[in-house]
Amino acid sequence: MTKLNSKIPAGDLETKWTKYKSSVPLVNPANKRSIEIIVVGSGLAGASAASSLAELGYQVKCFCFQDSPRRAHSIAAQGGINAAKNYQNDGDSVYRLFYDTVKGGDYRAREGNVYRLAEVSANIIDQCVAQGVPFAREYGGYLSNRSFGGTQVQRTFYAAGQTGQQLLLGAYSALERQVGLGTVKMYSRHEMLDIVMIDGKARGIIARDLISGKLERHFGHAVLLCTGGYGNVFFLSTNAMGSNVTAAWKAHKQGAFFGNPCYTQIHPTCIPVSGDHQSKLTLMSESLRNDGRIWVPKAKNDARKANEIPEEERDYYLERRYPAFGNLVPRDVASRAAKERCDEGCGVGTSKMAVYLDFAAAIERYGKIQVNKMNLHNVSKERILELGKEAVKEKYGNLFDMYAKITGENPYETPMRIYPAVHYTMGGLWVDYDLMTSVPGLYALGEANFSDHGANRLGASALMQGLADGYFVIPYTIGTYLSQDIRTKAIPTDHEAFVEAEKKVQEQLDTLMNIKGTKSVDHFHKKLGKIMWDKCGMARNEKGLTEAISAIRALREEFWKGVRIPGTQNEMNLELEKAGRVADFIELGELMCKDALNRKESCGGHFREESATEDGEAKRDDDNFSYVAAWEFKGVGESELHKEELKFDVVHPSQRSYK
Amino acid sequence: MNLTLKIWRQKNAKDKGGFALYTIDGISEDMSFLEMIDVLNERLIGKNAEPVAFDHDCREGICGMCSMFINGRAHGPWAGTTTCQLHMRAFKDGDTITIEPWRAAGFPVVKDLVVDRSAFDRIIASGGFVSVNTGNAKDANNITIPKPDADESFAAAACIGCGACVASCKNSSAMLFVSAKVSQLALLPQGQVERKQRVQSMVAQMDAEGFGNCTNTGSCEAECPKEISLTHIARMNREYMMANIME
Repeated sequence: MTKLNSKIPAGDLETKWTKYKSSVPLVNPANKRSIEIIVVGSGLAGASAASSLAELGYQVKCFCFQDSPRRAHSIAAQGGINAAKNYQNDGDSVYRLFYDTVKGGDYRAREGNVYRLAEVSANIIDQCVAQGVPFAREYGGYLSNRSFGGTQVQRTFYAAGQTGQQLLLGAYSALERQVGLGTVKMYSRHEMLDIVMIDGKARGIIARDLISGKLERHFGHAVLLCTGGYGNVFFLSTNAMGSNVTAAWKAHKQGAFFGNPCYTQIHPTCIPVSGDHQSKLTLMSESLRNDGRIWVPKAKNDARKANEIPEEERDYYLERRYPAFGNLVPRDVASRAAKERCDEGCGVGTSKMAVYLDFAAAIERYGKIQVNKMNLHNVSKERILELGKEAVKEKYGNLFDMYAKITGENPYETPMRIYPAVHYTMGGLWVDYDLMTSVPGLYALGEANFSDHGANRLGASALMQGLADGYFVIPYTIGTYLSQDIRTKAIPTDHEAFVEAEKKVQEQLDTLMNIKGTKSVDHFHKKLGKIMWDKCGMARNEKGLTEAISAIRALREEFWKGVRIPGTQNEMNLELEKAGRVADFIELGELMCKDALNRKESCGGHFREESATEDGEAKRDDDNFSYVAAWEFKGVGESELHKEELKFDVVHPSQRSYK
Repeated sequence: MNLTLKIWRQKNAKDKGGFALYTIDGISEDMSFLEMIDVLNERLIGKNAEPVAFDHDCREGICGMCSMFINGRAHGPWAGTTTCQLHMRAFKDGDTITIEPWRAAGFPVVKDLVVDRSAFDRIIASGGFVSVNTGNAKDANNITIPKPDADESFAAAACIGCGACVASCKNSSAMLFVSAKVSQLALLPQGQVERKQRVQSMVAQMDAEGFGNCTNTGSCEAECPKEISLTHIARMNREYMMANIME
């Protein structure tokens, strides 16, 4: 325990951050100009951090593996971003957002961090609007809000179903502005393959130019990893194809502790798997649960079409089980409830592994509102439904179109079929209040860190956290470290540590190329994904996890003997890129299972079948597990657990209830 | 279904490149177009041949990374759809499908179907932003924006920067892409301060990157996966003219 110091400032919860900001050591403008910072990743966290730090005067280098920083997967976030603005006058406040987030995370996050997140949330909206992000507006010209799961206020700001895109393009424009000014140097199509350590501090990275295949050395006084989550360990997830854990995992191997790796978010509303060819899963935004009602037939193995099942034979199971929150229960609760119904034999569709998300009631309701608005009389039912469909189209049109293209069905006429899918990882690199990992000078921001969402993230909070970290937290907290580093001159990259690090990376690439096995990278990735989904997915138990660990170890051996990578390494080689990532996923998968095995309680997205209440809800064990599990790397397949005790001074953990 | 694929293969930027023919069977109509290519690549790897390189990432139609020219159309036959959202039910058994990279002087081929679209980043860096440092902003509701303006600005901002407009245009013009950003910011109060300079810088950079001019054929709008309207080009032209007149 002595190894982990979260560095939460002392004092009242409400004043911690304000006091911190006014007492944090500063770096004067002249010194900032000679300090170099490396930012890996260009999503919401990376782009906002890189641009904000460059605005302050630091010299920034930013890396992304895509062809442009604008492609980062934050772009795919659909529903919205939370902020405690209380524009709706419905009783929202910083405290309430803080409370909802701590409770939503099943009391497994730090109070201090979450309160800071809630505090800066309002600034994020201001900043984004100033950048020209076109949020949805009401007719009066003011910003519009909607509801998301796990809350009873309307605090979610949105831009149709493309909020992530608009926020990312805002951050990207800020980043490109700095690129134009010469304060950020952008390295697209570059992948970070190791951290360079000098005297126990992170001092640079080794990156591979993905076009030429050449390895490059880059120095930085500090290194920020803004590299997203690791949901692709499951092969099938809502993550982009390229999303990976490699940067975080290399950092882990260099001494950065990995926090709560088993906390995975399974999102309740995704388009179900259609066959073995499936390469990824597509999310249907949580915002749809504002208006859609989720149901399955009451009877088992009901083969009728949705429209043929009368109202009284439908089971609106979320409304039945959770009358207070209904269809807007948090994601972990909604996902498990869907699994429970399908396991009972009430699932729908050909696979029977799906439930309905139905908009019929919403279409009718909106139609009637439109009729009133337009002051129409004697309107036919068809006309009402037509008007209702128009209203629903305005709200969710792009999602409905996407659903129709993927499934070939019309969701305005028949209910959507949905099923849970891996979406987000609450776990990540352990960081302190400054967002610094256990390696000095190495930071982790956004989904890449473990910090703010506890064991379950609420909807519309990922965008909030990514931008909070990048725009409003790191510009302050990095001063604590860099103010001590102003005398450090840029270290030439012919330093032996750089030479050694590059050699190590080169050796791994050579090894991979020389295996010349018989199976593709995807073959191994799919196998890993199946193990993880079956044994470390929505429900976990001791037997399954133990089996998973030995299966993953065997798979690791197979991989290093049997993977085939065509082509050479001195050119663009997409298979080689994937191979490196899958090698890291295999090691991570083992750690996730170990963490899940260690955590014998159920909490948030982590459901241990051995720890459930009588009515099947997750049962926490605060006496034994109210801690952050931070794992130290001790060699491949070997890890040591460190515990950071969680203290709750303000919120009192209770059985989380949405009933 | 069984298909014949005619795919552009090019080892690197210097290679001349050419078409290669592949036959593929067992394709389901529920597959996405890229999943069909995945199947092809898996089989190529099985034969120890090099898989086809192509750009893709989110596979949800929003990141803008996928970029195939399919049977002579950017992103293939479906309107308002990216390649990753195109599904095989758009084709029928026995079809021959021709797949090429984007072709434009501003988008040099990197390998096979992968092109270099960094010109778009440089155009944005030349002025596609509001110069507001972090922390400068006032309360968001102090800026009220009429809903129709906000909606139209959003429609322009929906551009995913894929480059289909350039690939579809006989002049390889990037005007739809550039005008979408100019228009988004020209419609908003936040964009007014730098309005003149923005359009001038972005147009200058667009020209410097080697993109052609607009001759109003409208193919960009027809092929844009986000259905960005040609009217944004008209607005950009007005903005550009006004900016130059006022100098």
